[in-house]
Amino acid sequence: MTPIRRLLVLVAAVALLGGTAAGYAAWAARRTAASASVSVPVSAPVSASASGPARDGGALRPGRLMFRSAGGTVAGVPLEDPSAPPAPSGPACNRFSTAGGTAICLVAKPGALVTTDAVILDRSMKETRRIKLAGIPNRARVSPSGRMASWTVFVTGDSYSDGAFSTWSGILDTRTGYVVTNIEDIPLTLDGRRYHAPDVNYWGITFAADDNRFYATVATKGKTYLVEGDYGAWRARTLRENVECPSLSPDGTRLVFKKRVSSDPRRMWRLHLLDLATMRETPLAETANVDDQAAWLDDRTVMYARGGDVWSVPADGSGAPKPLLRGASSPVAVR
Amino acid sequence: MYITANGRTADGARPRSRLSWTVPGNVLALGAVSLVTDVSSEMVTAVLPLYLTLFLGLSPLQFGLLDGLSFGVTAMVRLAGGNLADRWQRRKLVAGIGYGLSALCKPALLAVGSSVAALGVVIAADRTGKGLRTAPRDALISLSVPPGELGRAFGAHRAMDTLGALLGPLVAFAVLAGTGGAYDAVFMVSFCVAVLGVLLLVMYVRDRRTPSQGPRPDASPRAALGLLRDAAFLRVCVVAALLGLVTVGDAFVYLLLQKRGVVDAEYFPLLSIGTAAAYLLLAVPVGRLADRLGRVPVFLAGHLALVAAYLVLLGPGWLVAVLVLHGAFYAATDGVLMAVAGPMLPAHLRTSGMALLQTGQATARLLSSTLFGALWTVWGSAQGLSVMAAGLALCVPCAWFVLRRHS
Repeated sequence: MTPIRRLLVLVAAVALLGGTAAGYAAWAARRTAASASVSVPVSAPVSASASGPARDGGALRPGRLMFRSAGGTVAGVPLEDPSAPPAPSGPACNRFSTAGGTAICLVAKPGALVTTDAVILDRSMKETRRIKLAGIPNRARVSPSGRMASWTVFVTGDSYSDGAFSTWSGILDTRTGYVVTNIEDIPLTLDGRRYHAPDVNYWGITFAADDNRFYATVATKGKTYLVEGDYGAWRARTLRENVECPSLSPDGTRLVFKKRVSSDPRRMWRLHLLDLATMRETPLAETANVDDQAAWLDDRTVMYARGGDVWSVPADGSGAPKPLLRGASSPVAVR
Repeated sequence: MYITANGRTADGARPRSRLSWTVPGNVLALGAVSLVTDVSSEMVTAVLPLYLTLFLGLSPLQFGLLDGLSFGVTAMVRLAGGNLADRWQRRKLVAGIGYGLSALCKPALLAVGSSVAALGVVIAADRTGKGLRTAPRDALISLSVPPGELGRAFGAHRAMDTLGALLGPLVAFAVLAGTGGAYDAVFMVSFCVAVLGVLLLVMYVRDRRTPSQGPRPDASPRAALGLLRDAAFLRVCVVAALLGLVTVGDAFVYLLLQKRGVVDAEYFPLLSIGTAAAYLLLAVPVGRLADRLGRVPVFLAGHLALVAAYLVLLGPGWLVAVLVLHGAFYAATDGVLMAVAGPMLPAHLRTSGMALLQTGQATARLLSSTLFGALWTVWGSAQGLSVMAAGLALCVPCAWFVLRRHS
């Protein structure tokens, strides 16, 4: 091939490939715009209901069941009637939780660098604080009093091929304003021994009513453990193995968590109950794979995201799972 | 960019000014292929974690499983591919298969949906493609320039490669922003860019054909392993592996910087970009320096820069200094090592030799992360880093003693 002819082939190829790429991107842009406008009629009855009984749907009132809708924004329904049309209540979040008049909204900000904002909201869903984090939203919780907000983000290394990924769990004390963006440096006692390792990762924090004791998962050397932390004394110790994403019951006596039961990614985790007094484990009636930090609907029932919907199941191993909210995730009962 | 269409590719075919900044067309072409391919692959790397976790709903643990793919498989593919390239004397073909395989993986990522097993296969294939192309590409670079200009040629190639890696995430972001968050558009644009890379390779990169007269030289696997009987090359391999063993992986360096508290959480992803920017700026000047002063001294000075980076990290913790020294380490070692080894390897076994050297170094680095993890567990992170810094500082003079004859 002569240089000129080769250059012509190159120019033609660039035009063809560029055209294909631009054409596909334009089609994708039109498609995402169309799906956004399609969701308007779906949400229309939602906004209509906002002028009905739930006029101040934006506020966090006791008796509401809040969740992240399929469209990404926070919405709420009455606890006693979850099938009621949802009232839009707040900002777009990837993870949402609330308790004691404080809400946390984790929202991913895609960019050349992926970052996440942890947005803290007050009872009227007004932003009071914004914490900028690296990584992708994973878990969010607020302590029962509303004082301690906690979250987990998933941080990847510079390249997926070098196998570096980690979870960073953080805690905000809303009373003092003090933030720990990664609790990894908390002195850890593992099986009774002080433990150091570079691969220590924490996720899924849940605080007790005293705003000091917390539970979480710590992972190291391919194993996961339930860890009990003391915020004030800044130390943590492991309690038992194979516990992920613990969620403390409203009365503080039990944890529901996901237990790894299989290496098959399609049925990797099953929800279990742990009685903290006896340390006895009970599998819940939900047999499907659940990858979520469960939330307590009431003192006897937990709810969790599964396959794009929110389901509920009794927390004692009895009964059967029931669908609770269609097209929802991050459920939380406002008490 | 103007690519000289008739640049000579045979060894030392054209005299060149010592002060010249130019590099042969074939090296520029290979650099352009790497630049374009890195834009494509880093586009995907930048969005893949988001796509897998928030779009497909995979958990971090499942994402980690995708990563637990055998290092051994990639190493074997690299060695086998390197040897095939020599046996057929078709380096461009083997590199092209590697580039092509990785290109095909981009739409495949989209096609397999959320099946973890299938995603694992596609990511493994992508990595196989990368393993396949590295050694033949470096062999082609080393066969395209006179031995005296290898440092500059590798420097230019690595600079172009790094530029692509820096541009990739920006392009991915532009596509996501312009399409309202359509991940499939990122994968398809990445595919088109990767195809352009393959096309550039096919049209503008020339392989060096062995002369047809005379018997075909032996390039069997046995002959490839026999390269290690050459004392000079064996010494380079041993030194590269030894230094790799006391080198702390990038991910650990960034983690330690974060633990020092010198960088806010939201800026954590910028750390690797800081290293890459320093690498990009220094690759060509340091490569030229290696041609002038000798490659072995520059290669070892690069490791001293890494010792300095560790010391700054342990001491004052100046962020910019750590990243610049870290980038300088890459600029003085990555391409320069290939420039050290290239002239020691007979042309008909060059790909095999480079694959051997790269695999040895990669294995040593894998062991080093286990070693460093163990040191951290026993003594803590700062003490672990001190031990690695001391080990590196000890190994550099030993390496000089072993390699000084080849400087």
